Amino acid sequence: MLHYVIKRVLLVIPTLLGAAALVFVLMRLIPGDVCVMRLGSSGGTFDPKAIALCHAELGMDRPWMIQFIDFVWGCMRLNFGTSMWSGQPVTTEIMARLPISLEIAILATVVAIAIAIPLGTISAVKQNTWVDYVVRVFAVGGIATPSFWLGIMSVLVVLNFTSAVFGKPWMPPIEYVPIWEDPIRNLSMAFLPAVTVGYRYAAVSMRMTRSAMLEVMQEDYIRTARAKGLIRKLIVNRHALKNAMLPVVTLIGIEFAFLIGGLVVTEQVFNLNGVGRLFVQAVQNQDYTLTQALVMLTVMVFVICNLIVDLFYAWLDPRIRYS
Amino acid sequence: MVTNVSSIDFSAADADNAVVSRTSRFRRAREFCRQEVLGTLGLVLVVVMALTGLLAELIAPYSPTANDFGAMMEAPSVSHLLGTDQFGRDLLSRIIFGARTAMIVGLTSALVGGIAGLILGVGSAYFGGTIDLIMQRVCDVLMAFPLIIMALAVVAIFGTGVQNVIIAITIPLIPRCARVVRASALSIREIPYVDAARALGYGHLRIILFHMVPNVMAPFLIMVTAFVGQAVLAEASLSYLGLGVQEPVPAWGLMLQGGTEEYATTAPWIAVFPGVAIVLAVLGINLFGDALRDTLDPKLRKR
Amino acid sequence: MHCVDVRAHMGVAAVVRRSTPMASRRLGFTSVLAAAVVALGGATASAETPKRGGILTFMIPADAGPSHDGHRETTFAVVHATAPFYSVLIRVNPDNPSSTTEFRCDLCTEMPKPTDNGLTYTFKIRKGVKFHDGTPLTAHDVAASWNKIVHPAKGVASARQNNFVMVDTITATDDETVVFKLKFATLTFLPALADPYTYIYSKKKLDQDMHWYEKNIMGSGPFKLTDYQVGQSIKGERNPDYYHPGQPYLDGFVGIFAPKQTVRTDAIRADRASLEFRSLPPSARDQLVKELGDKIVVQESDWNCGNVVTPNHKRKPFDDVRVRKALFLAIDQWKGSAALSRIAIIKTVGGIVFPGSPLAATKEELQQLIGYGPDIEKSRAEAKRLLKEAGHENLAFELLNRNVDQPYKIVGTWLVDEWSKVGINATQKVVPTGPWFDGMRSGDFDVALEANCQNVVNPIADVGRWLPNEVYRENYGYFSDPQMVDIYDRMLRETDQAKARVLMRQFEKRINDEAHQLMVTFWYRTIPMRSYVKGWKISPSHYLNQDLANVWLDK
Repeated sequence: MLHYVIKRVLLVIPTLLGAAALVFVLMRLIPGDVCVMRLGSSGGTFDPKAIALCHAELGMDRPWMIQFIDFVWGCMRLNFGTSMWSGQPVTTEIMARLPISLEIAILATVVAIAIAIPLGTISAVKQNTWVDYVVRVFAVGGIATPSFWLGIMSVLVVLNFTSAVFGKPWMPPIEYVPIWEDPIRNLSMAFLPAVTVGYRYAAVSMRMTRSAMLEVMQEDYIRTARAKGLIRKLIVNRHALKNAMLPVVTLIGIEFAFLIGGLVVTEQVFNLNGVGRLFVQAVQNQDYTLTQALVMLTVMVFVICNLIVDLFYAWLDPRIRYS
Repeated sequence: MVTNVSSIDFSAADADNAVVSRTSRFRRAREFCRQEVLGTLGLVLVVVMALTGLLAELIAPYSPTANDFGAMMEAPSVSHLLGTDQFGRDLLSRIIFGARTAMIVGLTSALVGGIAGLILGVGSAYFGGTIDLIMQRVCDVLMAFPLIIMALAVVAIFGTGVQNVIIAITIPLIPRCARVVRASALSIREIPYVDAARALGYGHLRIILFHMVPNVMAPFLIMVTAFVGQAVLAEASLSYLGLGVQEPVPAWGLMLQGGTEEYATTAPWIAVFPGVAIVLAVLGINLFGDALRDTLDPKLRKR
Repeated sequence: MHCVDVRAHMGVAAVVRRSTPMASRRLGFTSVLAAAVVALGGATASAETPKRGGILTFMIPADAGPSHDGHRETTFAVVHATAPFYSVLIRVNPDNPSSTTEFRCDLCTEMPKPTDNGLTYTFKIRKGVKFHDGTPLTAHDVAASWNKIVHPAKGVASARQNNFVMVDTITATDDETVVFKLKFATLTFLPALADPYTYIYSKKKLDQDMHWYEKNIMGSGPFKLTDYQVGQSIKGERNPDYYHPGQPYLDGFVGIFAPKQTVRTDAIRADRASLEFRSLPPSARDQLVKELGDKIVVQESDWNCGNVVTPNHKRKPFDDVRVRKALFLAIDQWKGSAALSRIAIIKTVGGIVFPGSPLAATKEELQQLIGYGPDIEKSRAEAKRLLKEAGHENLAFELLNRNVDQPYKIVGTWLVDEWSKVGINATQKVVPTGPWFDGMRSGDFDVALEANCQNVVNPIADVGRWLPNEVYRENYGYFSDPQMVDIYDRMLRETDQAKARVLMRQFEKRINDEAHQLMVTFWYRTIPMRSYVKGWKISPSHYLNQDLANVWLDK
């Protein structure tokens, strides 16, 4: 087992290196750069000497290989440099925005699990009945709806509803306060985005729960239990659900990593000052250091989620370790 | 989305059943329609969308790109069944031509992404060893890499245009397909008859094409149908970020973005109808794909 | 410093008689506008007394700028966020900011008359002004700040150097006097001096660290900084030592960064914020008016911004003046702008000068120019003829456009359609801001749709951006035209407004005869705001009048 763990962990390194190289090259292939954006974004005139000065200040005039080595070496020491756009340390920029993103991600996961597991199970148990159809359409609806549309519509619906019922339109607060300072205000800001993201997350998990449950319920030991005369409910709760959970938990783990991509759009729609929005800004400003750091962060989350899942599977199924 | 590998694993016996006779395929199709109500509904939606896209010039009452400043933002009426948008263009015509764009974007991305993923996945599983390790890492990187950077890079370097949007959307799909196909192919690689084929001196390509690929058709088809829907949605998200198809090309995602952001309350038909079109199309594709999976995967068939 | 005359509300005649006889005929339209605004300003000011108290929450329709230093940055987000913390030397009249000719003192005691044949301006600085940290503000701080703007030290970036080429030296002769010496007399100096980004910093801080103000905020303005949340919001509270008596009326303000439009519209509707200070498109205005009725008040104004169609003269066939003329003749600006004003932030058709200014062309003068003709069928026939003559009947090209809906993409879509009416097959190449700039700067485009945004209406300085690339580096037309440069040089040094106007018409005609570039409709500002917000008046520029000192809440 230890051998497998070491091997698996070592395999993370080429992935990280590959991602680092890809983001490094891609960003520099995009025409224009952060200096032009800073000095000329409003269309006024600027001195070409000022651009040269800016390039030198930011180290952009060095050969690419040197810049890349600098970047990788920095990552290894956990020093991600300073943002080319604002001059603030990258870690400061990211840490200021991490709390709200994490909060939405966690809340969305809670929402997803709370909806997906019961509904997926019901849908599996009552396969091909109208209950199943309704749940399946509901699930596919979550996958078929563009997330920005869902977000914008949900705010509008809340506004119109409160306006019609209470006479005064209500919208979640637009000024962020951390949850420990004012939990009610914070949650009222976070709940709509969490539900929007969570719906999609729930939809995917619901479908997985259903198919996993269906599969498990065909298994021999379930048929045996039924033959023994155990009540159906008991069978479902004790035997089937537990064993179906494995692929479901796997999926939830992997989908969590994809959440960050979903956050990009959600944070724009709800004007949350999170990591996703920072990402869009960094890319648009062609801020190499910040973008690189954010990509490494995203890839890291993805890689860790996958690693945990793989190790978990290896622990469960010895055959994998020895393949 | 990532489908659970184990639920579509094939045992050796099922692999043998993969090559079926003609008549029983037809019978299976009929059985499919009867059993899978939702799937048939999905298929109908998909066929309608495909036909609309193909016959757009014949069906659409107006040109989708002609501005008409005398008829800006008109509510649905007899002359414009679904109303007009902010430029005075007929919404129904734009949605009809939008079906064509959705089909082009969806099908091309799904097929190119799927086939590339298929080749990568099967090759990776078949050759194993270092090739497998390298392919896996490449897949990891591409899967973890944020779509927005890829899309921005493609758009910034090559410009906007349907073909560039397709490139941007296809890239993340390849590793997803490769992953699933590989897992399925891995289980086949160890089957004795593959070893036998190799012992008989069959070349790599022949074994891959004639033995392995047919057996991973089921997960491949499921992935491709899922991809079509995801591609349509990805186009919508990219349009929201300004990186998708550009005016005046009729595309549902672009229409939805413009309509929702500005006219959701003053001219709601501009936002609602493209949204309905997207939801129906993706719903249809997914329902059909689900039913396909249910039928092809023996474990999920109802007893 | 002249006062708002309450008698002005009695009619146009009173105002017209005040101005110099020769210019009065031309000022007709502008004076009506000015009179109307002045009348409104006068009437409102006398009708209501400002209430003290309250916090104003407003939205800033952009992400935060890279630094807080107004001298260095050019994005409006910096002005909206930080102008309330600083004082400037002179500014547009906060009670009548749409006037293109009235300037008021902020830190000075009175507007000086230039001496020495227009080459020297001597400003007396107020006494008793303090920075927020308690230290006194003197003429030395003013001189140090202005030297940073006009003659920045090595390694210090100043975005506005080119606006002040006429300035020779800036010195503080004593604690209360600042003297500006110019290299040549020009009408453009005072308006340039009223630039809203020219914050007055503390000399002491600048001496310690020239870059201190990039990360810190400390001024002498009506508000003191209380909180800045990176990328999220900025908050200020009243400065009790502010030198304009009675002001600021507000207890404080909160500025929230919100780039997406739906967020801003919804926030105003739900009263989470009272307004935004840039502009909302007509659809948002219509929505808010429909939903909120009299709880919303809308202020509108022409905007000192516009889009410019720039053919790349270095790329065939746009080196041929006939092709360029054809491009411009195909566009029906009159009908187009009327229609587009319903969906985009554009409205008024104008030439190279801001439509409200005394130096702007009248409608009759405009209609003589290519691209402004009243008979579009005739213009388009001429366009087709020119294209045929040049041998480019089926011209196809890419329009390089910026990835922003309002109004770039809308104008682009409209232009593509207009060009199709003369057989030109144009497609839009829409890219994000960085690559858009880069495409233009590297000359890698066919035709570009640019923007031209200025802040204080300073017509002679503003039209400098039409000069050829060798003089004005950011003109992406890449053409040469010594005749144009000559007319401009004379206009820059002309101190009589009537003569300057004649030269301006020549300048405009030259650009148009050679079809170098075309201004396609000026933008239009629409600010729907909660009706309890009083005191703030709209101006032609979203950079102006943002220190919020005269804003109050009627609730």
